[in-house]
This record gives sequence, structure tokens and C-alpha cells, in this order.
Amino acid sequence: MITGLKNIFTDTGAISLFTIKFFKEVVSPPFQINEFIRQCYAVGCKSLPLVTITGFIMGLVLTIQSRPTMAKFGAESWLPSMVSLSLIREIAPVITALICAGKIASGIGAELGSMKVTEQIDAMEVSAINPYKYLVVTRILATTLMIPVLVIYADFVGIFGGYIGYNVHGNMSMYRYFAGVFEHLEFLDVMPATIKTFFFGFFIGLIGCYKGFNASNGTASVGVAANSAVVTASLSIFIIDMLAVQITDLFF
Amino acid sequence: MERNTPIIEITNLHKAFGDNEVLNGVNISVNKSEDVVILGRSGTGKSVTIKCLVGLEKADQGEIKVFGTDITKLNNNELNTIRTRIGFMFQNGALYDSMSVRQNLTFTLKHHDKTISKEAIETQITEALQSVGLLEAIDKMPSELSGGMRKRIGMARTLIIKPEIILYDEPTSGLDTITAREISELMVSIQEKYKTTSLVITHDMACAKVTGNRILILNNGVIHAEGTYAELEKSKDSWVQSFFI
Repeated sequence: MITGLKNIFTDTGAISLFTIKFFKEVVSPPFQINEFIRQCYAVGCKSLPLVTITGFIMGLVLTIQSRPTMAKFGAESWLPSMVSLSLIREIAPVITALICAGKIASGIGAELGSMKVTEQIDAMEVSAINPYKYLVVTRILATTLMIPVLVIYADFVGIFGGYIGYNVHGNMSMYRYFAGVFEHLEFLDVMPATIKTFFFGFFIGLIGCYKGFNASNGTASVGVAANSAVVTASLSIFIIDMLAVQITDLFF
Repeated sequence: MERNTPIIEITNLHKAFGDNEVLNGVNISVNKSEDVVILGRSGTGKSVTIKCLVGLEKADQGEIKVFGTDITKLNNNELNTIRTRIGFMFQNGALYDSMSVRQNLTFTLKHHDKTISKEAIETQITEALQSVGLLEAIDKMPSELSGGMRKRIGMARTLIIKPEIILYDEPTSGLDTITAREISELMVSIQEKYKTTSLVITHDMACAKVTGNRILILNNGVIHAEGTYAELEKSKDSWVQSFFI
């Protein structure tokens, strides 16, 4: 019990220092622009197929599942608005972030963990290359910027999936469907949902990098780092989401 | 710096991991252009000693002077200035997996000299790869290389920054006898060609015999014996003799 508590405090302290170091390094030159662009490509473009499939299925399933209930209340025509609001405010950000936690945080954790175990990070350090700046800062920045882009993309794909889902049993033109989507959509639906995705992205990158960078020696630790990165990042997404909902509720 | 000036001076170095005291007052002095081998059984702290030399491990106590500067008192930026003059050859090469051989060398070179031209990069990469006899591997990925080739490329990456000191961490471990001998001979030729000072960590006696002007034997966290290969071979000390059996 005492050891468990001690480990929690030690981990919290270590990740706090890791975060402070990120904010120190991110503003100090030299900036690793090429590596940052490469990471944006790895995080953003390479996740597109996965986000497309999940986004489409989210919209399709949500529409098909909600349709009978909405029909019971005679509110079938509200289905496009309901689907778009649900997707934009909650489902697309959280599901996309969870998918990215699985793909990206584990990838970063495993990659950096393996670099640590095979002394590649040490090799950078002895070559007077700042491994934190090159490996950590670029990855965290890339996830912070790319996750919101992926979420916005997932919103659109999900809404399109909703259109297909609606037309499985019904018949609605694309124009009418999208008119329904944007009819009740307001700036305040989009803004808080988008802001929280930056935090999702930041924590996905931060946790992936922290777990990988602090992997202990031995190949088994690479698997542990990847696994632990996914679990912690997923949990942090739910916690951030809960806080974001409370804050949004307070101000808007 | 003159030939007999100590380029590396380690005084009373202590390092512990938890309760396990690995180094217990190590004293080492290496002169310019000297090739010193640190010999010892596994877990005696050989690698920890050279990691302390480049700041990869922090010494608990003691003084580590490299080029006359005590590196234990330096901040990261000052330490990096010293590091640009030292090459470190890792046990398994530590090549960057996601980069080809060319990119591995270019990456190191570009960070070492930010103003270097493309032509100069190409010339220096070719020269470094020729020195280790692996020019044909220039566009290969590390995963396509054998253990011996990875070590040679690791050596080329170390050489490309033209270091004054090269630290070798178990350069022949995990290699067959023939490849291990080739690596040892390559180290000697590099030392002769580039006039570097070398500190070699090994438990391979054949490598120690070929590469070292002087051999230090580490035991129980201190230097137990010191001398040339021939002197140590004649030693009456049973611990020292155990290495020659």
C-alpha cells in the first residue's frame, strides 16, 4: 500500500518534471522543423485510413441505432441534427482520441522504448544532440496539432456516415440532410469540443513519450512502455473529457 | 596538448545504483594518443566508468577531468562542447533504426557542423565508410546489417565527427572470433590513422592484446592491476592470472 502510494507520487512528480521540460525546450532554439513535419505526417496522414473507417462507422451506427427511438417520438426529421451534435460535441473527439491513443501513444511508447533499450537515445546524447528536443518535443507538438485535425476530419466522415445510415431505411437528399445537420449547429457546439482535442493530443504525445523515454533496460520493457502508454493515455482522455464538460457547462 | 599530458583523469570515482556500489574509488589516467584497455568481468562497472566520462551517468563522488575540465561540474551545454570532441562506440552500434546508413552519418554530421555543405557531407561519409571498409552498405537500413557490420558502421559514425578521444564499449562482444579480430585490427588502424586516444572496455583478451598499449583490470569497483599485456601475463596475482587462462 505504502509502496503503491510512493510509486504514484514518484510517477506524478516525474511526469510533471517531464512536462515542465517540454515547455522549456519547446521555446528554445534550435527548432527541429524537419522532424516535426515528419512526425505530423506520421501522426496525421498515417492515421487517416483508421480514422476514416471508425468515423464512418460511428456516424452510420449512431444513425441506424437512434432512428427507431426518434421515429417513436415523431422526431425522425431531427435525426441529422442529433447525429451531428452528438458526433461533434462528444463521440468523434473521444472515439478518435481513443483510437489515436491506441495507435499513436503505443507507437511512440514502443519506438522511444526500443531506442532507449538499444542505446540510440544515449548515442544522440553523446553526439551532443538533445534527444528530448529531437524526439519528445517534435512528437508532442505533432500530436497536439494533428489530433484536432483528425477529429474535425472524423466529424465530417461521421456526418457523411450518418447520411448513408439514414438512407439505409429512408430516403433523404444530401442537401436536406446537410441542411438539417447545420440547422441546429452553433459555434459553441464546435469550439469547446475542438479545444479539448488539443489537450487530448497533448496528453497522447506526452504520455507516449514519457513511457518510452523512461523505459527500463531490457526488451520486455518496450512492451510494457507501449501497453502502459495506451492505458494511461486512454484514461487521461476520459479525465480530460470529464473536466472539459464541467468547464464548458460552467461557462457556456 | 603534449603526448604525455593526461587527456583523461579520473580520480576517486564512486558510483552506486541503490545499495549496489559499482565503483568504489576508481583512479584512471590516460595520456594523449594512448590506447588504454579496461578489463574486467561482467558487472564490475567498466561500462559505467566510460558512461560517467561522457555524462551519461552522473558520478556520486570523485573528479572526472577530460581535456583538463572537470565534467562533473559542467552544465548540459558545457558538457555538449566536450562531447563534440569525444566519440562513443556502443556495444551494438546503437544505429538509428529508422534511418539508412547514409542518414545515420548525415544526421550526426549535420548536428556536429550546422554549416557543412552537401558536398562536404558526401565526401566525409565516403571517407568514414571507406575507413571501416563498408562503402557498399551506404544505402542499407540497420536491420539489413549483420552484428559486425553494425559495429563497423557505428565506428564510421563515431569517426565522422573526427573525435580526439574514442571510447569503445565492448567492441567485440557477440561476434565470432574472426570478425572480432577484424574489428580489433580496424580499431588499431583507426588509432594509427586518426591519432586518437582510445579507452576500450572489454573482457575479450584477444581484443585487449591487439588494441591496448596499457591494460587496467577492474575488480570490486577499483583498479586491481595495471600494466602492458606482457607484464600482466607474467603477474603472480591469481585474479589477474584468471584472465589469461
